Amino acid sequence: MSALPMAGAPANANLAGLSKNDYRGSPTTLCQGCGHNSISNQIISAMYEMNVVPEKVIKFSGIGCSSKSPTYFMSRSFGFNSLHGRMPSIATGALFGDHNLKGIGVSGDGDSASIGMGQFKHVMRRNLNMIYIIENNGVYGLTKGQFSATAERGLTLKKQGINPYMPVDICMEALISSATFIARSFAGNPKQVKELLKAAFAHNGIAVIDIISPCVTFNNQDNAYHSYAWGKDHEEPLHDITYIAPRSEIILEEEMNAGEIREVAMHDGSLIVLKNLEKDYNPTDRFQALRVLEEAHQNNWLATGLIYVSTEKQSLVETHNLVDTPLNRLTDADLRPIPEMIAKINELMF
Amino acid sequence: MNKVVNDFSIIVGTKNGSGSSTANNTILRAIFKMGIPVSGKNLFPSNIQGLPTWYTIRASKDGYLGRRETNEIVIAINPDSFTKDLESVAPGGAFFYADNIKLPITRTDIAVYPMPVKELVKNDPNVPNDYRDLVGNMVYVGVLAQMIGIDVEKIQAALDFHFKGKQKPITMNMGAVNAGIEWAKTNLEKKDPFYLEPMNKTEGMIMADGNTAAAIGSIFGGAQFVAWYPITPATSLAEAMNDYFPMLRKREDGKHTYAVVQAEDELAAIGMAIGAGWSGIRSMTSTSGPGLSLMTEFIGLAYYAEIPVVIWDIQRIGPSTGLPTRTSQADLSFVISMGHGDNDSIILMPGNMNECFDFGWQSFDIAERVQTPVIILSDLDMGMNQWMSKPFEYPKNPMDRGKVLREKDLEELKGNWGRYLDKDGDGIAYRTFPGNKHPMSSYFTRGTGHDEYARYTEDAGTFHRNMMRLKKKFGTAKEYMPKPVVFSEKDAKAAIIAYGSTESAVIEARDLLANEQGIKTDFMRVRAVPFTQEVDEFVRKYDQVFVVEMNRDGQLHKLLSLAYPDQVMKLKSVAFGDGMPASAKWIREGILAQYAEPAKKSTVKKAAKSGTKGAK
Repeated sequence: MSALPMAGAPANANLAGLSKNDYRGSPTTLCQGCGHNSISNQIISAMYEMNVVPEKVIKFSGIGCSSKSPTYFMSRSFGFNSLHGRMPSIATGALFGDHNLKGIGVSGDGDSASIGMGQFKHVMRRNLNMIYIIENNGVYGLTKGQFSATAERGLTLKKQGINPYMPVDICMEALISSATFIARSFAGNPKQVKELLKAAFAHNGIAVIDIISPCVTFNNQDNAYHSYAWGKDHEEPLHDITYIAPRSEIILEEEMNAGEIREVAMHDGSLIVLKNLEKDYNPTDRFQALRVLEEAHQNNWLATGLIYVSTEKQSLVETHNLVDTPLNRLTDADLRPIPEMIAKINELMF
Repeated sequence: MNKVVNDFSIIVGTKNGSGSSTANNTILRAIFKMGIPVSGKNLFPSNIQGLPTWYTIRASKDGYLGRRETNEIVIAINPDSFTKDLESVAPGGAFFYADNIKLPITRTDIAVYPMPVKELVKNDPNVPNDYRDLVGNMVYVGVLAQMIGIDVEKIQAALDFHFKGKQKPITMNMGAVNAGIEWAKTNLEKKDPFYLEPMNKTEGMIMADGNTAAAIGSIFGGAQFVAWYPITPATSLAEAMNDYFPMLRKREDGKHTYAVVQAEDELAAIGMAIGAGWSGIRSMTSTSGPGLSLMTEFIGLAYYAEIPVVIWDIQRIGPSTGLPTRTSQADLSFVISMGHGDNDSIILMPGNMNECFDFGWQSFDIAERVQTPVIILSDLDMGMNQWMSKPFEYPKNPMDRGKVLREKDLEELKGNWGRYLDKDGDGIAYRTFPGNKHPMSSYFTRGTGHDEYARYTEDAGTFHRNMMRLKKKFGTAKEYMPKPVVFSEKDAKAAIIAYGSTESAVIEARDLLANEQGIKTDFMRVRAVPFTQEVDEFVRKYDQVFVVEMNRDGQLHKLLSLAYPDQVMKLKSVAFGDGMPASAKWIREGILAQYAEPAKKSTVKKAAKSGTKGAK
């Protein structure tokens, strides 16, 4: 452990006075080449670059390979590896303890799109202040290679045969459940993953990032939707995304003329700058978001980028009008009614 | 005809959803205000509108609040249950009915009074059409008041309270009551022996239901987070929290020190509650059997990860959906071992309104002290029915937040701590809360194997060591458990053990046994699992111990048998479960069926003992 308060700032410190090492976790025990490890690394970089104080973050997960990964980044943050499919409820309760904290949840397609579908959808409509990452590989890894609910129909796996069912589209589910930030990315596109993570962290509310994260052991055949090869061939980014921190000077490249970029102002004063690629995509329009997801299905694209964002809604904890002091720092005097109230209550009991 | 004063039951048969609850509560409150001990039990169907429902009011000069199995006075307003209601009247009883029901009166052994319920309201110009049925219910209140002697002023007081002083509804309802009184005065002749006469036995007492008591007690315990999912009979607990939080936690800045979240199901309700408990706030949920079944996986996690949370189980009768609106004590065996693998439970068992209130606040202290789920077993009878009670008392002790390390504590320890490290040797480790700003404050919580520093491990020795520490922790927990309540008689020949809502019925059964059979009994009402030393000593003291409970299998009996295997032969099960609140009748009969008159030698033993004493 570096950086006890008395230790002073390290040489390569960010504005929080921390080095990148302060954002690392335990060594990974996932397979070599697993997409999840690359995502953990991008979380580390994004948080370091955003000067996030690790104590201001709570990590959450459910059960599965993906859900192991919170141990592999940000050891200085509290973490809760909960039950299969139940991360959202644990996170919902936990974030009431201190409303200044932000959640980073890591789940998988098994954890969220099957057993956890109910909680996944309800945490969307509550707009919990948390990044909800789904490391999506179409397969159950820890139980050794069964189809998940996001596996494409017709996928052939060694022991399972051919998948007869239609896949769940996580972004589509999030969209129709009124999520306020929805993105899709690809573990093979780390730069985009990182920028999306930063934007998601700046978002005040639930931020779903569905990241295609290939399972190198059970589902990385070239023709499989969740493989590195397929992703590389079929990725169609909606835009180039850049996160600009609050109060940073915005330097735009010369070719970014009017009409070629979009800016989304975030709650904390930061900006998401989206450079249009083939067409002008507006992620604040729910209809366009639905359309692009449907088009991606029909055309076999891996459409990546910020699919939808709405910055107007209050996050869950805000809707409860809580006191400024975190609830977990309130004392007896705040919490126990005064003795006179007992007589008042007894008068009402008849 | 001998007068029967202040010792009978009144049963009102109406249609569910017909708005009779105001009328029934008014009768209950008026009797209470007359100083007569009274209890009110709602026997309602799982239905919103249309099915028969009954409200039972028992006046008892001796203060018995349990269910009486005989119906002395029956008021029949519902044509659908008319025949059954008529049959249910005890011989010599009284039967009041709405005279728009044109069904034959088949009994001659009871007093029968038709009442023009609809007619009287129809002629009242002050009652708008929409309110005719609702206000019509007040006519039977008036007729009954006239016939058995309910004080009109007390009825007025009851309506004042019910409508919080709003004149319009009070006048409208009081008009119907008076119309009933006047009509009865001129048209009915008293043919039954039942009378109410003022007493002074309710002075200083309150009337409450257990769910409201629990909710208010929890708020006095500093409850901060409630996650719940609607289920009968637990719904009114969470709703009472919504009702009382604004008043009891009012602040000048208008902000909240609490949050109530209605979850999407019980899985999420308990998950949220556990998340909140983990984050360092006082957190709870309320549910009943089916919901509790869904919560088991999470409760197992909270046990193993050592997270405080309070779970109210307002028991209804199972298995499965069972009878959703009927009471039971059949969840004990289930909650004793919630979850797969080895586990321990802390169970609190309130037996009256004061304990619903007290365990409301004490449960948080215990949960945070022991860092584990605390399950409180209430039941529908206690939770939803009206009970006379001593007033609630302000918590005696300041809040016990248990072993918590804040920033300054960690600085003193130089960050050298382990979430599951047993520093004090009592099995309870120290915890920190998210949001703690010290860089060494965090730890990683998981339901997988972990070492003293909360790190993942599959090491056999470490796993075993942790499980043994948990066991030790639950040994320590015993000292925080509420002690049992004991009722003793001189020369008791046998003992009774029970828990929860059966208390009043047991007390009544004991009186009957003593007065009519000459069998004196001591009675212990247990209030917590794990059992404390007092339970152990009590069981050992008697030759026969009857374990009374509302279920089929004798679950408490089994649990005591496991706890005291060498005492099994003397433990006798008196278990009965049909969904109805406990009555003294089956308790007494169950005890008599197994009771063995002690052999003379025990008296000899006693004589010898006292002889020895005398010789000293």
